Amino acid sequence: MAFNQKDIISIRDFDKKDIEYILKIAVKMEPIARSKQSSDILFGKLLGMLFYEPSTRTRLSFEAAMKRLGGSTVGFAEAGTSSATKGENLTDTVRIVGDYSDAVVIRHNKEGTARFVADMVDVPVINAGDGAGQHPTQTLLDLFTMKRIFGKIDDLHISLLGDLKYGRTVHSLAYALAMFNVDVNFVSPRELKMPNEILHDLGKSGVEVYETDDIKEVLNKTDILYVTRIQKERFPDPQEYSRIKGAYTIDSKLLEGTDVIVMHPLPRVDEISHDVDNTKYGKYFEQAFYGVPVRMALLKLLIR
Amino acid sequence: MKPPKELKVKPIKNGTVIDHITANKALSVLKILGIPNQKNTVTIAMNVQSPEMNSKDIVKIEGRELATNEVDKIALIAPNATINIIRDYEIVEKGKVNLLDEISGILKCPNPNCITNTNEPMITRFYVIEKEPVSLRCYYCERIMEQSEIESQF
Repeated sequence: MAFNQKDIISIRDFDKKDIEYILKIAVKMEPIARSKQSSDILFGKLLGMLFYEPSTRTRLSFEAAMKRLGGSTVGFAEAGTSSATKGENLTDTVRIVGDYSDAVVIRHNKEGTARFVADMVDVPVINAGDGAGQHPTQTLLDLFTMKRIFGKIDDLHISLLGDLKYGRTVHSLAYALAMFNVDVNFVSPRELKMPNEILHDLGKSGVEVYETDDIKEVLNKTDILYVTRIQKERFPDPQEYSRIKGAYTIDSKLLEGTDVIVMHPLPRVDEISHDVDNTKYGKYFEQAFYGVPVRMALLKLLIR
Repeated sequence: MKPPKELKVKPIKNGTVIDHITANKALSVLKILGIPNQKNTVTIAMNVQSPEMNSKDIVKIEGRELATNEVDKIALIAPNATINIIRDYEIVEKGKVNLLDEISGILKCPNPNCITNTNEPMITRFYVIEKEPVSLRCYYCERIMEQSEIESQF
């Protein structure tokens, strides 16, 4: 089948077939990502990396992905080392980097930046996170993790937990899951519920959604617990924050006796106790690794 | 020509009459059309009694025939407006406004963190996702803008 996307901007641009195709290519990339095979399919190609905001995993995994396929990268890891500090606008910087490279990866603090850039340059553009907007490559690696561990995505019971209001990863993921035949639980404090417009969109796509503020209520019906961080600054009252944080901390005692796997987009602070890390439940480091084969698949499909 | 009775203002020779504007939205309509300007004589009637809509606004613009793309923008705030093109006191063309599928360059994205609200050289773009009431999605940041947010910009 043909892959028709020129850019990777928002998960809303994809359909289920696109996603399945990317995941299929990612499976083939995994041995190369693990250094068990080598490849030079992108030899002589250059990836422009414009990271206006800090990133560890996303930036390094794109760099690893490009280099594992024989290509190289140019760019900057923070706006402070670019001409942005001299007042150059994004438009000028991007046009130039677009001319230097075969594809551009951009992370920026303003929502919609990647779409703007994609319309401006001829080469493919990949959104590596735009403010509170989209982070589609994270979603694709989340789906890849689910598929890799369970062999499928359809029929899974997935609970998204934590800050569902502001977290961009859970928004993108919710849209993607709506394309599959899954049961979704949203577990969050009342103040951080999934936004109504997303619930509305999911309702229209026919996905079964259950909302609760108590993880125990859905834990025994959950295959995947997708945890996100609840940020202190969302709560004006520190006491309220401590109370809520406690109720949404995942530890091995809570998981004992279940078959749940725990995923997290990382960075984690203290919402998952370290005693989960080396258990059969904790899959977030494996998930972070899958960022490399998934991004390799995207680079292979986009750079021609 | 005998002027229609219900009009409180005199007929125009050449130009456009925008009728059935949602009451009290005439000034917003003018803003969309880039009026006031140096060229056109404009007559506004606000809160006029109307059998169809209780009360309505009417705008008459002399010496300017509105283009379709200008007319369609009016649909954002006055979905029932009708457009009459006048030549030599006669209505030569009559039509209703029609909300397009995409709105460019008129509205500001209400999301302060949207790339369109920076100093980058770009214009805003929105997709129309619902027509009644109007609901738009920003092409860039994908946030949804409701009718009330649209109206607050005029």
